[in-house]
Amino acid sequence: MRRTVVIQPGIPSMFAYYFQLGLRSLRRNPMLTALMVMAIGFGVAASMTTYAVFRATSNNPIPQKSSQLFAVQVANWKPSDLDKGEPPNALSYTDASNLVRAHKALRESPMYPVAPSVIPADASKMPFNASAYAAYSDVFAMFDIPFLYGGPWGHDQDQAHGAVVVIGKALNDKLFGGANSVGREVDLDGHTYRVTGVMDTWNPQPLFFDPVNTQGFGDPVDLFLPFTRAIDMQMQTGGNNNCSTPADSGWDGWLRSECIWIAYWAELPTAADVAAYHRYLTGYAAEQQRAGRFTWAPNVRLRNVTQWLDFQHVVPPETKISLMVSLGFLLICLVNTVGLLLAKFMRRAPEIGVRRALGASRGTVYAQFLIEAGAVGLAGGVLGLLLTGVGVYGVGLVFSKDIARLATVDLSLVALTVLVAIGATVLAAFYPTWRAAQVQPAWQLKSN
Amino acid sequence: MNVQIQPILAALKRHKAGTLLIAMQIALTLAIVCNATFIIRERLARVARPTGMVETHLLTVQNRFVGTGATSSEPLVKADLATLRQIPGVVDATAINSYPLRGGGWSMGVQTDPDARKAITAATLYFADDHAVATMGLKLIAGRNFRADEISWQDAQKVEAPGEIIVSKALADKVFPDGHALGRTVYIMGNARPSTIIGVVERLQTPWSGTFADNFMEHSVLLPIQLTGAFGSYLVRTEPGRLDALLKTVPAQLMKTNRMRVLRDDTGVRSFAEVREAAYKTDRGMALLMTVVCVVLLAITAAGIVGLTSFWVGQRRRQIGVRRALGATRSDILGYFLTENLLIGLAGVVVGTAMAVGLNLWMVTHFEMHRLSMVYVAVGVVALLLIGQGAVLAPALRASRVSPVEATRSV
Repeated sequence: MRRTVVIQPGIPSMFAYYFQLGLRSLRRNPMLTALMVMAIGFGVAASMTTYAVFRATSNNPIPQKSSQLFAVQVANWKPSDLDKGEPPNALSYTDASNLVRAHKALRESPMYPVAPSVIPADASKMPFNASAYAAYSDVFAMFDIPFLYGGPWGHDQDQAHGAVVVIGKALNDKLFGGANSVGREVDLDGHTYRVTGVMDTWNPQPLFFDPVNTQGFGDPVDLFLPFTRAIDMQMQTGGNNNCSTPADSGWDGWLRSECIWIAYWAELPTAADVAAYHRYLTGYAAEQQRAGRFTWAPNVRLRNVTQWLDFQHVVPPETKISLMVSLGFLLICLVNTVGLLLAKFMRRAPEIGVRRALGASRGTVYAQFLIEAGAVGLAGGVLGLLLTGVGVYGVGLVFSKDIARLATVDLSLVALTVLVAIGATVLAAFYPTWRAAQVQPAWQLKSN
Repeated sequence: MNVQIQPILAALKRHKAGTLLIAMQIALTLAIVCNATFIIRERLARVARPTGMVETHLLTVQNRFVGTGATSSEPLVKADLATLRQIPGVVDATAINSYPLRGGGWSMGVQTDPDARKAITAATLYFADDHAVATMGLKLIAGRNFRADEISWQDAQKVEAPGEIIVSKALADKVFPDGHALGRTVYIMGNARPSTIIGVVERLQTPWSGTFADNFMEHSVLLPIQLTGAFGSYLVRTEPGRLDALLKTVPAQLMKTNRMRVLRDDTGVRSFAEVREAAYKTDRGMALLMTVVCVVLLAITAAGIVGLTSFWVGQRRRQIGVRRALGATRSDILGYFLTENLLIGLAGVVVGTAMAVGLNLWMVTHFEMHRLSMVYVAVGVVALLLIGQGAVLAPALRASRVSPVEATRSV
């Protein structure tokens, strides 16, 4: 007895078959195929490169706490000196020391950048600048700063204006060869400071705690020292100092002035804490008004990390403009691909007619053409990936080095590139495929 | 060549999708290319702004003294200047708090009425000495330079306005629109003390290259004051051809004079060409990026038009054959496709113009950009129409060569 074995093609083998058909069809018009692949490749690469930069600049540097840390603003200038009614973007020494004395938040600290010179003990080595901040001991717990050795200085050192420092890992490597340097001494501008702790790698980008002076990006912090000590040592700010009216001369005149130069951060874990602190700030400003220092109604702000970065325009306009232009570019490439796929598919109308007449369903036509488009998308994705690599390498030509080094090709970007390329191509293929599936078998056969 | 538009429109109605796609692509391309070229022009215009200095053979030093003696820096700076001026190849040297394109500096309001509530304009203050004009290569167009005995040394915390100042012409014209600034007095440090303008230089830019100083870009004041303190800059004018060697000699000599200082590896000692390069890096980069985008975009749009038109020509070979058999000339067929493309292109640029203006308005509200000049749109429109015609030429020529015999052939 003879038996007929019917081989039912399964889904995988059908896929492979259509894929093969697709490749064969793509080979038939190499110019058209190359054009589509290049359009997709360039469009995707431009978008992904600019996205990599955008992603880096709009990064949330401290996601676990960004909604609990607040930048404090108090208007100590008369309303006509304010920009759009917003309080100045830093505090005066008077306000900063009043707030820290009241201590109404779970943790809080004023801080300002200083640029002490580190003088190596070894006289054959050159002095160098350190990127440093003067702050209170609370910053370490507040910003979740990790420690390699030791820890923060104690609150008593804040009170005692102690000559102590917490240094970064890089500085510890440079000065002490990476050894545990707790208790050792560092010479800053000719004065010695005792190391209480060595930070582990801590490099949040954007530098959320000081976008005002860094524009958001830059080298990691080399060291922290007590705010009170820095004031004693008359360390000038390494950042901006803005005065609405000229300060009296000398250091004390500056401290008494309404010049603004100090950032102020508060940790407020719950909405109730935020409301309470806001009430306190308003009350404080009202008190200053009663005392005659402010001649205007209380004008205070609390902005959390993301709001603060947004307010300070940390994402450079170039990043957004180039991302917008690149997305427009990708859109044009897709419109282009729709047109070319339409031309390509419709040219095969007779072939589709024959297949349909021989029993192929609309669904099979759909599958075949979408897979063919997917192959184009894959090729475009691979080209796009290569070009994205080139693009990210060339980011340094457009953006500052502090931003350029943050834009990197990682696994998620690679996956996204390929996904966007295939997704976009398949999306672009829907209309041409639909048109192809509409081909009337009888019509095509008749015209032959 | 007699082209009738009616039949072309009738034919386009049968190719709605393709027509729409080409028109859309032209519209989007126009919108982006207009705005991109506008960005390129804006950025290049920034980069081209002159500083007012002679920028060749100029070397910059950003110095920081360290240690306990750093704040009373007068003898240290004097020793440095003496060292710099005796190095072979050095023409002159000056100590100054900042210089054009450096990025940071000192700005104050300038006023003529000490009791005015609002200053006339902001201006940058350069704390300089009698060697500054020569070293920077500034052109003194009126009055005189500082004399050595007019230079005073002051603490940055307690600076007092000097009796004599030199201003840039732009500032002089802004404060004294009548053109007679020389010998007049202004207040540059609040209302403390007036300063007399003893000289006017043709041009001197502020230290900021970003948008911050755009409205007082060339408003500068030179003061006969040397600031004491740890931070400071030196400018060094060199003899032609000596700059490269001096980039190494200068830091070595300074270190030999006094080791207690920091000269940063990246910005410590630079030629002015490097300073300019760094200051305008982002502007030039944006211009470059936008140029690449424009070129690739136009190429892709052109290629897309070639692709779709080729398809149409292939599809209509029989009809073309019929028209040829009925007496249409080759140029009739060529004209048909060129006109067809022109019609689609016109539709595209009309929509594209609206999109270009819309995109620009959006960027104006979001990114401190200026309004798009219509010249850019006009040039863009012409360019895209020409590119369309160029792209369609090859397929149209192929169509015109279709033989009338095709009419009798089945596909």
